[in-house]
Amino acid sequence: MKKENKHSKFKKYGMVIDLDKCTGCGSCMVACMAENNVPFKQDESDKLLSITWLRLFRLTNDKPFPETDVCYLPRPCMHCEGHGGHSPCVSVCPSTATDYSKDTGIVSQIYTRCFGCRYCMASCPYKARYFNWWDPVWPDGMEKYLSPKVSPRMRGVVEKCSFCYHRYQQARDKAYMQGKPDIEESDYQTACAQACPSGAITFGDLNDAKHAVYQLKKDPHAFRLLERLGTNPKVYYVSSREWVRRAGDNYLKDEGRLKKAVH
Amino acid sequence: MDSALIPKGVKRCPLWQFALFIGAVGVVLAWGVYAMLLCWFKGLNQTNMNDYYGFALWIWADLAVIAIGGGAFFTGLCRYIFGKDELKSIINYAVLIGFICYSSALLILAIDIGQPLRGWFIFWHANVHSMLTEVAFCLTCYFGVLTIEYIPLLLENRQVDRVPFFHHLGHNMHEIMALFAATGAFLSFFHQGSLGGVAGVLFGRPFAFREGLYIWPWTFFLFTWSAAACGPCFTILVTKITEKATRKKLVKDNAIELLAKISGWMILTYSIAKTADTWYWATVTAPSKGLTWDFFYSNNPLYGKWILFTEIILCGFVPAFILVTKKGRKNVPALWIAVTLAVIGVSLNRWVMVLQVMAVPVMTFDYWAMYFPSWQEIATTILPVAYGVIMIAFSHRYLPVFPHEAELNPVEPLPSDEEQLAAAVEEMVDVEQELKPAEA
Repeated sequence: MKKENKHSKFKKYGMVIDLDKCTGCGSCMVACMAENNVPFKQDESDKLLSITWLRLFRLTNDKPFPETDVCYLPRPCMHCEGHGGHSPCVSVCPSTATDYSKDTGIVSQIYTRCFGCRYCMASCPYKARYFNWWDPVWPDGMEKYLSPKVSPRMRGVVEKCSFCYHRYQQARDKAYMQGKPDIEESDYQTACAQACPSGAITFGDLNDAKHAVYQLKKDPHAFRLLERLGTNPKVYYVSSREWVRRAGDNYLKDEGRLKKAVH
Repeated sequence: MDSALIPKGVKRCPLWQFALFIGAVGVVLAWGVYAMLLCWFKGLNQTNMNDYYGFALWIWADLAVIAIGGGAFFTGLCRYIFGKDELKSIINYAVLIGFICYSSALLILAIDIGQPLRGWFIFWHANVHSMLTEVAFCLTCYFGVLTIEYIPLLLENRQVDRVPFFHHLGHNMHEIMALFAATGAFLSFFHQGSLGGVAGVLFGRPFAFREGLYIWPWTFFLFTWSAAACGPCFTILVTKITEKATRKKLVKDNAIELLAKISGWMILTYSIAKTADTWYWATVTAPSKGLTWDFFYSNNPLYGKWILFTEIILCGFVPAFILVTKKGRKNVPALWIAVTLAVIGVSLNRWVMVLQVMAVPVMTFDYWAMYFPSWQEIATTILPVAYGVIMIAFSHRYLPVFPHEAELNPVEPLPSDEEQLAAAVEEMVDVEQELKPAEA
């Protein structure tokens, strides 16, 4: 009898974020910015002009005290698969500056090919894409602290969360040097997952049964943002609170219980 | 001073008056150029766009000028392919307006991109799945066609026409103009449509998303249809404004009436199709994403249900009913109102399909985003208008844009000067013959 192969040929990297564990501390955002050389300005008060690859949203259940409840929701790029790799942004980019990798499931952004039409930003319902309205200006001396693994972006191009793709490249190189056929789960972790003090963010290959995310995504309380749009995102959220799960998508008033996430 | 350049048999204002007018419009143009240079050299931080409003005033202006510039391809189609000879009185002007609109659209696109020097990537690294790629290719090709259609008119200038080579070139280009009209109609169908597709394929944006036929969402067909319907109205509107400005009748009534009639029926059928599309979206598409249609028109300071009424009823069915009736078309104030409403309607549609799409929150914990353009955006949007006015002013002064102008406005000689009268009559006969090839 043929043994069931739990390993898919292709990887599908994704995240499971436990919203019940998230305290909203923002460590993930800081780690992300430092790791990926995300530029910032002196005045960051206008959040519609701030580049935050991973952004923390504050959700409330809109109920008066004492029933008030708050949930913090970290939102990286969802690395949508869409149907057959036609994620909302990849299919619209006119110059193939963003691509869906069927090997990793990661949506990449090629900064040197992007000419800044911003169609991908218009297509993204999660607003996970950011435009460089200015050239990056680093405070004196800070350029020495930039990561040499990630190229800083110039004015006029779009950028977004890459699931720390440079770390994947490093992990692959390491596995090759060590003669391993594949990379270990611990060898490729995103900066936000490692920085989260409460362990709310878990990262790994959603297709690999040995990875924690494989089981976590099957949690009955798991859901994805805006699943009904057909974006097929690879970031799962888990919450025991019904109102939080319901906030993950739009529902008509007469629609009853939520459906489970489609895996 | 420039009388040698002015077509025979027509009267133009004195050069100083013309220069003064061009100077005044030129100031506006210079303001727009300054803003454009600011955007190019300092970047798009000169605008009020942001990460929620990646598409804003410029993309609207782009879509709107392309829609109202649709009069060129549709009038050309009616004139050369369907053989509506009455339209030869207005076809040159339709081509000129189309040329202005499309060159403006390309200019706006060049300002709108974050890395203008990489603009050519859209052709070099083309993604065949992107509607914007189709827009870029068809738009550029069609602009080429419009240039080819405009060249014979340039060659009709009195002094240029004296050169035998240019005279024959112009004549031969007229001979094959039907081919270019057909090519223009074909290209226009696709780029007008793909501009509709730009919004319609956004399956992550339930306000814009539409189902459709094969790879084309319904907005693809609606955009083409509305451009063909309302583009001629813009041609009529600009013609009427030009007639007011020059205080002359420039186009025969039968041409205006025929174009208005065709446009009226197109707007009527478009409005019915748009109603059906909106109905299906409101009752099937939006609810399938967990949203009711009125969600998109509430809880914000600008986008209310008035938009639907204004776009479909006031600027759709109302002008359509005016234009399809003979009485409505022949009534000058009613005609003015109808063509103005149609132009507003199609522009509003483009606004909604760009700006409102960006404004609507999709995630339940997100919010409506409002936006007001910066002066640089406004100046660069007015820039094409100033450019268009200057183009029209020069073309009207030095080129035989309106082939029936001399016939409709006979130059009256001084009764005391009999010699001048005889010369004028002779000239009129010449004009009749010489202006014929001007129809392009």
